[in-house]
Amino acid sequence: MDVPLKWLAQYVDWDLTVEALAHRLSMAGAEVESIKRSGGAWEHVVVGRVEAVEPHPNADRLRLATVEHGGNEPLQVVCGAPNLAAGQTIAFAQVGAALIDPSTREPRKLRKGKIRGVTSMGMICSERELGLSDEHEGILVLDTDAALGTPLADVLGDVVLDIKPTPNRPDHFSILGIAREVAALTDGAVREPLDSYPEAPASAGDRTSVQIDDPEGCPRYTAILIEGVRVGPSPQWMQDALSSAGMRPINNIVDSTNYVMLEWGQPLHAFDFGVLRERRIVVRRARAGEQLALLDGSNIELQPDDLVIADAERAVALAGIMGGAESEISDDTTTILLETANFQEASIRRSRARHTETGTEASRRFEKSLNPELCELAARRAAALIIETAGGQALSGIVDAYPGKKHIPQVVVGQPRIEQILGLLPSVETTRGILTALGISNRWLPPNRYSVSCPPWRSDINVPDDVVEEIGRIIGYDNLPSEPLPGAVPEHDIDPERILSERIRDVLSGLGLREIITYAAVSADELDAVSPDGGSPSIQLQNPMNTERDRMRTSLRPWGLRTFGLNQRESRGGLALFEVGKVFLPNPGGLATERRMLLALIGGDLSPSMHGGEQRPLDFYDAKGVLEQLGHGVGAEFAIAQHAADAALSPGQSASVTVAGQSVGVIGRVEPAVASQFNAEGDVFALELSISELAPLIGGAVTVASPSVYPAAVEDLALIVDESLPAGELEAAIRGNGLVEDVELFDVYSGEPIADGSKSLAFRVHYRSPDRTLSERDVEKARRGIVRRLASQFGAELRDS
Amino acid sequence: MALEVDLDGLESEARSALATANDADALEDWRVDWLGRRGRLTTVLRGVRDLPVEQRPAIGAGANRLKGELESALAARQAELAAAETDGPTIDVTLPGRRPPLGSLHPVTLTRRTMERTFRDLGFDVVEGPDIELEEYNFDRLRIPAGHPARDMWDTIWIADDDSGGPRQLLRTHTSPMQIRYLERREPPIRVIVPGACYRYEATDATHEWMLTQIEGLVIDQDLSFAHLKGTLEAFVRRMFGGEIETRFRCDYFPFVEPGAELGVRWQGDWLEVLGCGMVHPEIIEDAGLDSSRYTGFAFGMGVERVAMLQYGVRDIRHFYRNDVRFLREFDRFRGSA
Repeated sequence: MDVPLKWLAQYVDWDLTVEALAHRLSMAGAEVESIKRSGGAWEHVVVGRVEAVEPHPNADRLRLATVEHGGNEPLQVVCGAPNLAAGQTIAFAQVGAALIDPSTREPRKLRKGKIRGVTSMGMICSERELGLSDEHEGILVLDTDAALGTPLADVLGDVVLDIKPTPNRPDHFSILGIAREVAALTDGAVREPLDSYPEAPASAGDRTSVQIDDPEGCPRYTAILIEGVRVGPSPQWMQDALSSAGMRPINNIVDSTNYVMLEWGQPLHAFDFGVLRERRIVVRRARAGEQLALLDGSNIELQPDDLVIADAERAVALAGIMGGAESEISDDTTTILLETANFQEASIRRSRARHTETGTEASRRFEKSLNPELCELAARRAAALIIETAGGQALSGIVDAYPGKKHIPQVVVGQPRIEQILGLLPSVETTRGILTALGISNRWLPPNRYSVSCPPWRSDINVPDDVVEEIGRIIGYDNLPSEPLPGAVPEHDIDPERILSERIRDVLSGLGLREIITYAAVSADELDAVSPDGGSPSIQLQNPMNTERDRMRTSLRPWGLRTFGLNQRESRGGLALFEVGKVFLPNPGGLATERRMLLALIGGDLSPSMHGGEQRPLDFYDAKGVLEQLGHGVGAEFAIAQHAADAALSPGQSASVTVAGQSVGVIGRVEPAVASQFNAEGDVFALELSISELAPLIGGAVTVASPSVYPAAVEDLALIVDESLPAGELEAAIRGNGLVEDVELFDVYSGEPIADGSKSLAFRVHYRSPDRTLSERDVEKARRGIVRRLASQFGAELRDS
Repeated sequence: MALEVDLDGLESEARSALATANDADALEDWRVDWLGRRGRLTTVLRGVRDLPVEQRPAIGAGANRLKGELESALAARQAELAAAETDGPTIDVTLPGRRPPLGSLHPVTLTRRTMERTFRDLGFDVVEGPDIELEEYNFDRLRIPAGHPARDMWDTIWIADDDSGGPRQLLRTHTSPMQIRYLERREPPIRVIVPGACYRYEATDATHEWMLTQIEGLVIDQDLSFAHLKGTLEAFVRRMFGGEIETRFRCDYFPFVEPGAELGVRWQGDWLEVLGCGMVHPEIIEDAGLDSSRYTGFAFGMGVERVAMLQYGVRDIRHFYRNDVRFLREFDRFRGSA
């Protein structure tokens, strides 16, 4: 909303700089987004006076003007304007001024020049050269008593506040609404605009009628009839005011309605009464196939839920959005029907979206939900302005169809509530002063209460705290006290999934992986790609940001792999990423099941090529090492079993991950055919865990073992087993012995002299007792037990070394 | 009788003896021979006073200089022998080191954790809520019914109707629905924050993302006022941005609070909006089954990315979810504890 300060000053006085005024308004809730200065900077353009006019020696249509401009000497200027006369106060552009070039409409620097042999030391400006209008027939004659040499901007320019209203304040879409804020913020008072006019004896109600077929869409419709208007240009002050607020002047009738819309925030519309069939108004929903030619020249086909203003036969306006061309005010119009109505915001929004691109000044205001009580105030004001600017006489009375009339409640707020909410109690005088300046009628109810009612231009004063806000915001939130929270700290929830998620982030970032956070929406194709054997169903978005990605992710894999691929080019050596995030599983009839997942992806080389360093591709065991360290880091006993039933992972290089026999995830090499669909190249190893399933399986009471003070005995154990036997099973069996503290597999060998179909596994076994030093016999006994068990369970033979 | 002093001869004799000393014992013997109390150089120095007056200054100065040089030569020889005693060869210490990988937390995680920790220090609980919400919780129960002009403040991504006949669902546009869910299961005193992802149907540019992380806050107790809102949020901002930060509260509108406000901080000269806040609307307190004349409180919400952009000087919000490792690496130096 553009609020020109000259217009604003008609209703209220203030003694603040523009910046201070804008700041106060913003702090109180009418946010000033920018301060604009209208009319351009007009540098080097000053107030001047034409001292003398003489003919040009070489041209009949040009004359020479001597201009006094507040400088040392008068200057001579060549001028072709027919209205040039001595004694005029004019806008004088000195050499160096930037004026609007009539052909390009862009600013161009004015230079000293010779016109037909006579030097011209500047220019007397028309409105077009100043960018004020297209008028260039004659020079602009100023009506000012400002001193010669005063910058033109000080005389003609205006400052416009661009205010961004919040949805609860449709009155901030009006100059009067802002004036009331200014009055409240500066201890001032608003000068209410005049809204009285003489009325003819004949009653409007006898000449026309208003019928509302859709009271929900149109809670109120008022009509005033004005006869004998003479349509023509509106007075200069009105045109200037409209232009300064960014509206184009049209004629005295339309300009008056627009003026009141900007002044009060209530849109109005004037119909040529003579064009209305049966001279009456019907507010109804459109008929199927009904057509309407609008004021902007477009023809629209109406839909049955479009609300229209109609006469007895046809639609004449799209309600609350735009008038129709046929009933438009023309030069021949003599009687007008002035509509001031209230329309439901949802209905306006629907039709606006359907029939216009950006909406209109009217629809923007109706969409903020106006109070129907405002209609009559605005109607009387507009009628008064029309009669003032276009003549004519109003028939008596207002035809007022008001099916949506509601009781206006008195809101009673007590001083204790004000103090309870604001933390301080302003005096009765301060409180009533604020409310009165805002136009909120109020009464003092002794001993400690106020009774107030919501003014017609607002709808947001309904409960006591609404009044408290008015007082608080005008006093200024920065002037309210500040205190720490009192009272006891409440009990806290424990969320094991959340705690585990954070722990996983710490462990993995500590292991050198980088955390990523990716988008929650994916495409159905992407989900299919990461679940080649058919994925689970997914939740579909009705209006996704990207029409392809219209599913909520059921897997972290698509964005994880894509991010991996994107980064491969830029990462020398290895790449290790992880994400902890939610996936969303459909739950028909209810809210989605949201599960927390971990996806870690690693690939590339162990390290960039470097002197003497180990250089090899990362492989499955690097991923598994991450899993094992993560298990230590979060206290989970991960067990893995050959082959994950997951078609996105290579069958020979994948495993299921379980804790206490329950599946919690998978680990393995991503099938190159899958990875390549996300532009991830080479071997990529994935670790995927369900945090939601893992969380309940870990935790609980922990007893930390004290380190044994007795020495360990270390022995190597080389075994020959069937080639297909997983080493993990042997290792687990060795660990089953009570004296075994730790086991490391340090060699895997097949080939001579080991028989075909067999392999040799060499383990280093650490024996230790918590309560004594083990003797050689103890160790030997334990070893024999282990070997016996491995022989019977796996057919393992001790290898002779 | 004049004492013959041949300093040059002494020096070359001492240096060649030092060069043949190959262990610590030999070095000690050499020290005693030359620099000890009865060492040969010491003897010369003592004899200076017996020299003719005219010779004293030159011989004295020369002998003192030689003493200093032999002491340095001894130290150098000791270091040489010590170095020779180790096993390995001398290495080029300027070759690059082998770096263990340094992982990183995502900047949104870092900032979220800092914010959470700050509120936990102030006694706040931390809970989370669902990303996919019912229209009722995201809007209606926060006093934003269908058709209300305030719904325009949030452009919504809706869940497609699954024909199950269930209520309308959406991607939550803010974390505020958790206010209602938390109030359903907890009694005052309430002091909680809710971090989580939110979604907006909004074109992406340098300052807007369709997916963002918010932290919602709710505090309800007996007789809490706007003063407590100010005190709490000022404390948060001071801990987050440093004690010198300037703050201001500006009137703003959110349907579920009254009075409503926006907290701004002065950041590098400009006032920047950090969070929206306000006193919880009495209807929301009554809807929770509480007496709004007794229980009052405040709510607030803020974007984690926006705070992260301030903290780390990130200019384009789109960096966060693009996850370019070159960007993520910039956060190696930060270790946010949970």
